[in-house]
Amino acid sequence: MGFVTATADRLTIRNFIETVGIFRTLSSSGFRRFSTYRQATVAATATNTMFGFVRTYVMLAVAGSAVAAGGQVAGYDAPQLVTYVWAGQGLIGVVALWGWTELADRIRSGDVVTDLLRPVHPVLGYLLPDLGRAAYALLTRFVVPVAVGGLVFDMYLPQRAATYPLFAASVLLAVLVCFAGRFLVNAAGYWLLDTRGVLMGWAVCAGMLGGLYFPIRFLPDGLAAAVYLGTPFPSVLQIPLDVLVERDPPAGQLGLLGIQALWAGLLLTACVLVQRRAERRLVVQGG
Amino acid sequence: MAEPSTLAIYRRLVAAQVRSQASYRASFALDLVSNVVFLGADLLAVLVVFYRVPVLGGFSLTDTLLVFGLSSLGFSLADLTVGNIDKMSRHVRTGLLDAVLIRPLGVLWQLLVLDVGVRRLGRVCSGVVVLVIAVRLAEVPVTPANLLLLVVTPLAGAVFFSAVFVATATVAFWWVDSGELTAALTYGGRDFTSYPMTVYGGWFRHLLAFGLGFGFVAYYPALVLLDRPDPLGGPAWLGWCGPLLAAVAAALAALVWRTGVRQYRSTGS
Amino acid sequence: MNVIEAHGLRKDFTVRVRKGLLRRESRAVAAVDGVDLTVRRGELLGYLGPNGAGKSTTLKMLTGVLHPSGGTVAVCGLTPVPQRIQLARRIGVVFGQRSQLWWDLPLGDSYELLRHIYRVPAAEHAARLRRCRDLLELDPFLDTPVRQLSLGQRMRGELTAALLHGPEVLFLDEPTIGLDVVSKQAVRGFLAELGATGDTTIVLTTHDLADIERLCRRIVVIDHGRVVHDGGIDALHARYGSQRRVVVDFDTAPAAVPTLPGVHLEATAGPRLTFTLDGTASVGALVSALSALGGLRDLAVTEPEIEEVIARLYRS
Repeated sequence: MGFVTATADRLTIRNFIETVGIFRTLSSSGFRRFSTYRQATVAATATNTMFGFVRTYVMLAVAGSAVAAGGQVAGYDAPQLVTYVWAGQGLIGVVALWGWTELADRIRSGDVVTDLLRPVHPVLGYLLPDLGRAAYALLTRFVVPVAVGGLVFDMYLPQRAATYPLFAASVLLAVLVCFAGRFLVNAAGYWLLDTRGVLMGWAVCAGMLGGLYFPIRFLPDGLAAAVYLGTPFPSVLQIPLDVLVERDPPAGQLGLLGIQALWAGLLLTACVLVQRRAERRLVVQGG
Repeated sequence: MAEPSTLAIYRRLVAAQVRSQASYRASFALDLVSNVVFLGADLLAVLVVFYRVPVLGGFSLTDTLLVFGLSSLGFSLADLTVGNIDKMSRHVRTGLLDAVLIRPLGVLWQLLVLDVGVRRLGRVCSGVVVLVIAVRLAEVPVTPANLLLLVVTPLAGAVFFSAVFVATATVAFWWVDSGELTAALTYGGRDFTSYPMTVYGGWFRHLLAFGLGFGFVAYYPALVLLDRPDPLGGPAWLGWCGPLLAAVAAALAALVWRTGVRQYRSTGS
Repeated sequence: MNVIEAHGLRKDFTVRVRKGLLRRESRAVAAVDGVDLTVRRGELLGYLGPNGAGKSTTLKMLTGVLHPSGGTVAVCGLTPVPQRIQLARRIGVVFGQRSQLWWDLPLGDSYELLRHIYRVPAAEHAARLRRCRDLLELDPFLDTPVRQLSLGQRMRGELTAALLHGPEVLFLDEPTIGLDVVSKQAVRGFLAELGATGDTTIVLTTHDLADIERLCRRIVVIDHGRVVHDGGIDALHARYGSQRRVVVDFDTAPAAVPTLPGVHLEATAGPRLTFTLDGTASVGALVSALSALGGLRDLAVTEPEIEEVIARLYRS
């Protein structure tokens, strides 16, 4: 008995080391792969910067109009809105809000079957490279717009030291929620012939309800609360931005992170379940 | 290329494209609907802003809606006809460009026609609806001059945005991965023109509104329709400059395009 | 009369090489490096070369897609790039891996559209289409959307599309790639017939040597952008020392084997001997020497495989 247990233990340790190795390899593969798309990164960053200018001026006009009426807009002042816009433009690339169709493409071409041959759970097999990609985007697509915005406009910087780690955690959760959302939308391809409509629906909702076009808090309070709790979209963009500009006191920030964690858990579980159903379908129907 | 039947050939090619896209019935319908929703999202952004504040850059909701309506109708017309040119990078990569080069027709026209975005018709329809509502809400006086301006402005805007689409897509000849860069001036330009120019500050406004000409797409014509003086001090006749500007932009875009094709042929990338 | 005339044709591409983290270096690489090519009317020319040798680039310069970096080129008496539209009406092009058909429409619709694009008179168009329909057996799938066609059906469709405006020159870039045996034969048979009439000049690139043996009397081989062979298949054999092989069976293994100039004993397996013969050695001399040994039961001569010849050519 002892012998068997010992073997099992040793195997577990080795498995663990191997698993860590696979994790590292997969996530750094995502980083390296995206660092070769240099032209695309430059193009996307330039575009984010252009939109940053347009949205900042609109938001400054909104804040100016609110000040004239004697107050803030939905709890934000002008510098907070500036930070909101530029960090938001930077986060688009980090969470990869749009344009991820890799899984849908692989489902259509049938290549997805090879995912089952790898020694990693397929959801992890997509998630880990995505984390590597997000890390690369954080260094490029996030930094550049925020720096430009900071140089040209009066930006709000967090007043509390604790906000920085909270923001980092919030961004990580946002990447997880966004990944899970994209994975699910792509996985619709297992059952639908043409996923373009679903992908487009995701793009509209993620932009509008994620807080990209306007902060969700601009909506009437009840409606805003419903969007935060009832949909995953604010967890993708709006919440990290709220945390960063300290829209709420520390307790409120933690509460927002809680909402994100809830959505991340819920959606990732859904990914695993959907993947299981899809695998059964693949095995039974032979693709 | 001035043979009388060239137009007829292109008409046939467009008809073929419509039949192609309609052959995916469900997807076609879904696309039409989601394109309407897309415009709804832009409109919602304007409405939400005005839910929080009564005026923006000195303009009320109804005035802003008129600017928004003119801009989005012009943009959606351009998007319908030439919007797919932003897939240039893909055409270069997949070799569609080579296939087009071996046919006895103009390269740009073929590319436009081969991929005309019929499903974006939904956006044009909702653009018309928004503009009509905005005109009624802003109580634009019905005079022959105003009616003329209401027809000419979206058309000139369409030509102007088409020129922007073509000129920015041409970058793909030098820079194959430039896909998203196109969006900076096309979609970015649409967002820029959706609000009164008074919203924007300093050099940014000067560069985009006058340097690149986006101010003439919707803002100045809207001032004429609203019979308002320009808070920025421009004369009233600026509102009638749209068509002239569109012609200049189209000529420049054609020049850029020709240079791009020549570049492609000498480098093959 | 020469339909294609190219002298010193070259095409340089700029390649960016990464040196270190930020520094990048641009380097000009010649994809086609001084190709001379003349093709007479009615010739059926095989254009061969390993991957990346410059075949497709040459074809693109001949069809007006790419501008040559140097040299002169004339096709049907026209300069391809400036006279692209005139040239387009007189040539047909099939790219094996991309389509010029309308993906979502029935095959027949593409032909109707092409008739208008190339402004072909209806009667001419109908006559050519009828001929292709018969020879390539298009009728069963003329009403099927192109996206639903098999690769073989599609290629037959592509060939027809390239011929409906009656081109003087037909350029085919790997037309049999990925096809099954039956479809390959159909395409080859059709091209052989088309070539036999002598009206259409055909330039064919392929990796399939059966295409070459079946269709081309003249082959041009390029490697690293330069022409390394231009001539018939026989000339290729002679030049690259192709070896014929003679296999003989005896009743019992012979005690001594005759030695002749240019003849080598390749293998001995019991009563079976295998000889290889250099291009100049005579099979007759070997046979008579062997029969003098007595007990000769069976003899077979195998011709050299073109595949081997080409492989040797690419490696050299």
